[in-house]
Amino acid sequence: MGLLSDPNRRRALINLLTRLNAPICVVCYMAGVAWFMGLAFEPFTLRTYMSENAMGSTMVEERFPSGERAVATGREFAAHKKKVSGMPVEWLVKTMQARGLEVYTQRFSRTLPFPDENKERYMVKGTNVYGILRAPRAPRTEALVLSAPCTPGDNNNQAVGLLLGLAQYFRNQIYWAKDIIFLVNDHDLIGMQAWLEGYHHTNTTGMDWSPLQGRGGSIQAALSLELSSDVVTSMDLVLEGLNGQLPNLDLANLFYAFCQKIGVLCTIQGKLQRNDWDSVSGYSHAVQTMMLMVMKQASGRPWGDHGLFLRYHIEAATIKGINSFRQYKTDATTIGRLLEGMYRKLNNLLERLHQSYFFYLMPSLSHFVSIGYYMPAFGLLAVILLPGVLSVLTPLVISHLTGAALYMLPIRFQEMAVEHFPVSETEAVVLTAIAVYTAGLALPHNTHRLLSGEGTEQGWRVLKLVALLYLAVLLGCTALINFSLGFILALTLVPAAAFVTPHVPKVLSAFVLVILSPACTLLFSVFFFQELQEMPVSFLDGWLLYLSVISQGILDHFLYGSLVYPLIALLVYPCWLLFWNILFWK
Amino acid sequence: MAAHRCCFPVWLFILCSFSLFIIAGSQETTVAPEQHASVLDNPQTAAETAEQTAGESGGVEERRWEGTEVRDAAAQKQAEPAVLQPTPQPKDDFQEELVVRPLHSGDIYASFQFRTLWETDFMRGNKVSHYRLFPKSLGQVISKFSVRELHISFTQGYWRTMQWGQPYLPSPPGAELWVWFQDSVTDVDATWKELTNVLSGIFCASLNFIDSTNTVQPSASFKPLGIGNVTDHRFLRYATLPREIVCTENLTPWKKLLPCGSKAGLAVLLKSEKLFHSSFHSQAVHIRPVCQDWQCKTTSWELRQTLNVVFDLHNSGQGKREWSLFKMFSRTLTEACPLASSSKIYIDITDNPEGEQFELSPATSLLSQAMVLGDRRTFSVYDLTQQDTFGSVRSLNLLIRWKSTEGDMLRPLLHAERYVAGYGLQTGEIHTLMYNHHPYRSFPVLLLDSVPWYLRLYIHTLTVTSKGKDNKPSYIHYQPSKDRVRPHLLEMLVQLPPNSVTEVTVQFERALLKWTEYTPDPNHGFYVGSSVISSLVPSTVAMDTNSTRERPLFSSFFPCKEESSYFVRVYTEPLLVNLPTPDFSMPYNVICLTCTVVAVGYGSLYNLLTRSFQIEEPSPGLAKRIANVIRKMRGVPPL
Repeated sequence: MGLLSDPNRRRALINLLTRLNAPICVVCYMAGVAWFMGLAFEPFTLRTYMSENAMGSTMVEERFPSGERAVATGREFAAHKKKVSGMPVEWLVKTMQARGLEVYTQRFSRTLPFPDENKERYMVKGTNVYGILRAPRAPRTEALVLSAPCTPGDNNNQAVGLLLGLAQYFRNQIYWAKDIIFLVNDHDLIGMQAWLEGYHHTNTTGMDWSPLQGRGGSIQAALSLELSSDVVTSMDLVLEGLNGQLPNLDLANLFYAFCQKIGVLCTIQGKLQRNDWDSVSGYSHAVQTMMLMVMKQASGRPWGDHGLFLRYHIEAATIKGINSFRQYKTDATTIGRLLEGMYRKLNNLLERLHQSYFFYLMPSLSHFVSIGYYMPAFGLLAVILLPGVLSVLTPLVISHLTGAALYMLPIRFQEMAVEHFPVSETEAVVLTAIAVYTAGLALPHNTHRLLSGEGTEQGWRVLKLVALLYLAVLLGCTALINFSLGFILALTLVPAAAFVTPHVPKVLSAFVLVILSPACTLLFSVFFFQELQEMPVSFLDGWLLYLSVISQGILDHFLYGSLVYPLIALLVYPCWLLFWNILFWK
Repeated sequence: MAAHRCCFPVWLFILCSFSLFIIAGSQETTVAPEQHASVLDNPQTAAETAEQTAGESGGVEERRWEGTEVRDAAAQKQAEPAVLQPTPQPKDDFQEELVVRPLHSGDIYASFQFRTLWETDFMRGNKVSHYRLFPKSLGQVISKFSVRELHISFTQGYWRTMQWGQPYLPSPPGAELWVWFQDSVTDVDATWKELTNVLSGIFCASLNFIDSTNTVQPSASFKPLGIGNVTDHRFLRYATLPREIVCTENLTPWKKLLPCGSKAGLAVLLKSEKLFHSSFHSQAVHIRPVCQDWQCKTTSWELRQTLNVVFDLHNSGQGKREWSLFKMFSRTLTEACPLASSSKIYIDITDNPEGEQFELSPATSLLSQAMVLGDRRTFSVYDLTQQDTFGSVRSLNLLIRWKSTEGDMLRPLLHAERYVAGYGLQTGEIHTLMYNHHPYRSFPVLLLDSVPWYLRLYIHTLTVTSKGKDNKPSYIHYQPSKDRVRPHLLEMLVQLPPNSVTEVTVQFERALLKWTEYTPDPNHGFYVGSSVISSLVPSTVAMDTNSTRERPLFSSFFPCKEESSYFVRVYTEPLLVNLPTPDFSMPYNVICLTCTVVAVGYGSLYNLLTRSFQIEEPSPGLAKRIANVIRKMRGVPPL
């Protein structure tokens, strides 16, 4: 404190800081990135452990016997699905009833804002079927959900088969203290959204659904099952949900604990765990796994049917069966026992899962990075913005209007675009979005026309001050909710914000600024994501993928209320435009 | 003697219809004259029963009919000839019975009723000290707390109306207690508090958690079931504990109240390991004053102990569609309780007249009919007081073997469900759905909602809609809550249109509790007790257009009065609501953080603010100091 109360030393400190501003910024940035990369290094991470005492030991005896029969039921389901070419509602109702469940159906319909070409759907109509296993002597206050999507084609039949097999087995047990809801949802996420909205009687996305007849009280946890082969080599856990929300870490711990106990190979992000953390390849493997999670979380979209549960404060995860070329196979009985174990443990819960972390990254299934460890990396990047505060009002409004145009025009103008140009609706939406985005680059010339007189030296300083504060708050808030997205945005926007002044070489800086813009960040992310998944793509494919990612982002927003698209359009993009304005300040 | 016996059924009939009247009307307590007239004008029944009693003594016949022509849902099966022994020595009487109803879903419903009647007056000045059949612990409670009526139930599980139909005796999940006090009680709240604590001890239950925050005084929903003309609800207290778990420690004291304990009679079947291996378990004690004769000159106290249990086909039956006493209770019957004046088992065979649904063995020829819940039911009767019931093996093991497969879900005329809508921890909405499945009759229901204070109801958002239209309740009684003192009480009389769903919604805000008010498991959530829906439901018999099948034409044109409607009470499921909960591991972190902030931040800031700064003269150099010393010695002013 003596440092602050001594005016001389205070002055010296400030001088030092101003003099060393640029190097300090560079050091902080490097340190931030280095810290982040260090997160994946095993000795720096924590081992996962079960926090919830009620699920503490895995000492339940799994006895699920009828995997074979479940697979056969799956085949029967496939046959009926093919026959009615869609959801075999009647057959499902009958089968669930025969297993002693209370069965209900829910119809829903939704017209997409524009046709989804990836999944080939526009006007969606479907029916969810769910059966409730009433817990003996529990008064319908709590429930667990096990869901399996009914996907078109040959996928996921085994998941439905196993779900029905488990329903039959669970029905004969006396120990249930929570109702168990077995849900087969039509049209994957749209069906799930309809069911969840129906269950909680809310309507956030303007979908039409028929009200639910039967309920089981407040849902404590949910698992979504995806299984497309009779035998699998490993089970993959998917955690990333809507808007980058994650389920409580205990759910992941539970899955890991039972995989260890039963001897099932388990993966996260499709990556097996490796023991050679001290080797370069081992470390890069961990980085790859963590980066995949960061990318997926940053996308803000639900990466499985579980993703929509998280909004309702229901801990949920998707469990995917993966069948690769490995020798060692796991059959349906073992997967059934895995799920049985997990449900028995969840059944033992006395309270909602709340003990463990809600904010984390996972470089492997057995290790995690908690919020306390990853936030410094972000802090080091954000601190660069603070000296920037030393520097002055303006086209703030115009930037935001451009942002609002980017948010609204693509959907509004799709019809007009389709009329005048030879493109499909989806392309129209994406191309309009890109067009509005690019048009925003012409902004500085237009704003200057609106401003009276010449821009002063002080003028851009004020603008920069505002822009920096804006960015700092924006990134800070984003990183709190969705660390991955915040970090990726900080990674590109912060250097842009730091170097930009009207006095740097224009052409070169403009190029750099465009490279660091949110749209290019997304483009790079697409390529990087493909690289991580070990499926590199050519530039043209990448571009097409990029376009589809944009359309998916917009669809996710309108269908499930994902917030990434409005965040980018209404906040991040206008903020970046401010810096673009500074660069072209006259 | 013959004449004497002949008049029994008439007496019996009067008693039955009287009790029916009390329960069904549940308000009026005087006997309506036309009721008597109808009884007296009914010599046919009398003759029929006379024939039956004769047949009983005569030996085994093809099908004998028992004299219980009319029976009621709540006050059912009290009508046995033995009750009406005109010789009032001794003045107390005990009956036991078990009704077994094979349910539509393949499950099985067993309902025990034990009734002790005692002609005495607890309220008179002289203390009652000699107890025979009536349990002394309860007798003392009645006289000490001036209780007029006491109803207590402990239930584990939720009655599934859609699969099982209506129960004989409805009860909400958890514990429910409602008491009418005598109008001589001056401080009802204090008496109530003391009574709950005493009952808590008697039944080994957490009834001591009943306090002013969960007690209400319903104005219309809970009327006295016994005689008495006081309906001022100041003397009524109603409370539920939805979280109460019922287990063996509650069953044991309950069994101890029985005259034979669990040593003999039907009570030997009450083995906890089987009773609690079921889908539904409910035990109750009802105490009320009843009339001893139809003129009601003398009254007696009735203690009715009931136990309802539903065994699950899949869990307990191992999927085999076969039930026996041994399979259900792991016991068979060998004798009646020697103290009981009547001891019977009834099996509901209404849906099984020709044995096409299930097979019953050993067969019995004794049959009985009764009006239960607006439906005429037929029962096979096993009289345990008769030695030949037990057969040659000296033990009775009833066996029911299903032949058909399980059916679809039922559509009971009245059923209700409730849930919390919305997400997030700030607000929410309670939806109560009431279904009227009657094809053409509308009927009124009385809805009682008692919501704890920590859900702050926005009563202006209360809406009642049926078929998309606003349905204005004809009566609303609302008592707002007071924080930490009393709950919300909402009572409404709503007309349910035929074949419709009526939805009652009300929004609420979740209160932030003080940190000591949270339960030890705050993240589990907080319970809101069941809504109570009381109604007179139009009878299914009246709905049945083919009722001419068995009845003579002249009897079937106008629906007769007893059958036109019946009383039903439906409880919705309790709600589990999450309140905003602080992270309780946080205080440690907060203490650490605040200490640090105070020590470092506040300290230094205070230091900075209060310290006065002044530029310090730079201290002179060594040469200068030496020079000054020399100058001082020389007497010249220093530099």
